[in-house]
Amino acid sequence: MNELITFPISKLQSLLSDREISPSEIAAAYLERIEAVDPTVKAYITVTPEVAEEDAKVAQNRLKDGETAPLTGIPLGIKDLICTKGTRTTCASRMLENFVPPYNATVMDMLNSQGAVMLGKLNMDEFAMGSSTENSAFMKTRNPWDTKRIPGGSSGGSAAAVAAGECPASLGSDTGGSIRQPASHCGVVGMKPTYGRVSRFGLVAFASSLDQIGPLTRDVTDCAILLEAISGHDPRDSTSADMPVPCYRDALKEGLNGMVVGVPSEYFVKGLDPDVEEVVQKGIEYLEKQGASIREVSLPHTEYAVATYYIIAPAEASSNLSRYDGVKYGHRSNNYENLMEMYQSTRSEGFGDEVKRRIMIGTYCLSAGYYDAYYKKASQVRTLIMQDFKKVFQETGCHVLATPVAPTPAFGIGDKTGDPLQMYLSDIFTIPVNLAGLPALSVPCGFSKDNLPIGLQLIADHFQEETLLQAAYNVELMAGCCNRLPEIK
Amino acid sequence: MADITIEELEHVARLARLSFSKDELANFTGQLNDILGYIAKLEEIDTADVPPTTHALQVTNVFREDRVEPSLPVEESVANAPQEENGAFVVPRII
Repeated sequence: MNELITFPISKLQSLLSDREISPSEIAAAYLERIEAVDPTVKAYITVTPEVAEEDAKVAQNRLKDGETAPLTGIPLGIKDLICTKGTRTTCASRMLENFVPPYNATVMDMLNSQGAVMLGKLNMDEFAMGSSTENSAFMKTRNPWDTKRIPGGSSGGSAAAVAAGECPASLGSDTGGSIRQPASHCGVVGMKPTYGRVSRFGLVAFASSLDQIGPLTRDVTDCAILLEAISGHDPRDSTSADMPVPCYRDALKEGLNGMVVGVPSEYFVKGLDPDVEEVVQKGIEYLEKQGASIREVSLPHTEYAVATYYIIAPAEASSNLSRYDGVKYGHRSNNYENLMEMYQSTRSEGFGDEVKRRIMIGTYCLSAGYYDAYYKKASQVRTLIMQDFKKVFQETGCHVLATPVAPTPAFGIGDKTGDPLQMYLSDIFTIPVNLAGLPALSVPCGFSKDNLPIGLQLIADHFQEETLLQAAYNVELMAGCCNRLPEIK
Repeated sequence: MADITIEELEHVARLARLSFSKDELANFTGQLNDILGYIAKLEEIDTADVPPTTHALQVTNVFREDRVEPSLPVEESVANAPQEENGAFVVPRII
């Protein structure tokens, strides 16, 4: 095993700037690692050695000319719902199995402009709908810490690849926990930025009012580096925020004097795994030891978040996914006699069960006679959930909230596939954040008795990513569980 | 709220341009009723005076000058089409 694949971005940066190593050598080490372990982990849908080689050459020239940016020569894996010009983007769906985007997502243009190196496209739940990556139409990704278990989802490939040393960092997307939950299960750092912080242009849409792209990394420093690289206003996404992007790395200071950490009692309920509870309590102690004061707070509408989400997200998805009609791109059935049958056969063949289930829920909730009872009601409860957060941040004076990420550590492959509702409930602690548009992250905080990683979720007010990173950095210093490579067997 | 029936589900499937076998429909009906049953817990909350939220952050219309800007060439726009002819998408006969 090449030692290079254990280094975080920050270390690779200094090796590159000291000319101790070239971008091609780093990319080669990772491609070799992918070849060695990906047949077991199954994180990549598409590995792109030619793109990596080309990107590495560009990076090499930039280094030679002294035109370097923080990500020059740094290899990355990309979740397969972020459009990459010339490289197929499948959303882990039969529908888009052969779709080659004619343009880049804005985040890809930003990474390319820094001279980053793409290693390939990462597995996920089909159209990002799921919590285990078992809904991929192509393969089931394994948790590198225990290959009989799921990596979490929907960004399961993005988390597993970082954990297994198959890329130093990756991009994922988070609609209801899809970055934070797999990050927690795989022992990596994963952040969902504030809604609007990162452009969604070129991100294949699932639920447009909730979706956000974010980084998955080995440590908090890398999270700050990658977040800074992808943040900013984009005229092509009218929901992106026109706000300056701070130097997030400057926020990583030791000590939390003056910081108030809220602990919402509703997140510590029955059904919470005792190992998870223990690790999260440890995390709260770490924050206190670093100087923060801890305050118990209440978010009374938490128990309604999952129900609210499973109206709003499917409603938006049913509308967004109506574009897959077998005309402009994607799969078209051979099995039809007229236009209506062409639509129905195309969509029924192209989508997997979970996607169909959510399109059905969404269509039902938006259909005549049910709109007020479901969609309008959910939008009103969403207001109440947002007001809960507003109160703790603006009236109670909390700077961050500390909570579990998921009720249990990574569960076994196949454990929940027969019961969609049980699967949905595993996102109970991550969903409220998306409904409120807040930034949140998962930072590795400890291990279960079975040696499975467990993350601590930190949540902050809109655009307070710096506070979030500072708190996470201090947890990382105390817990010391970042940047560990499991033995893959 | 009353349980959703197989007939209602068939109607929703048509609206969503999906088709299911009888077995699939029966399976989906059970699962969807579980989910809708869970969602019904929202009825516990009084929302009479609560305004709905559709976006977590204030969003306003963004306008720009109506100017011609560079866009994808036609051949790239139709490159992924299942069926294409002379730069146009081919669809089954409608009329």
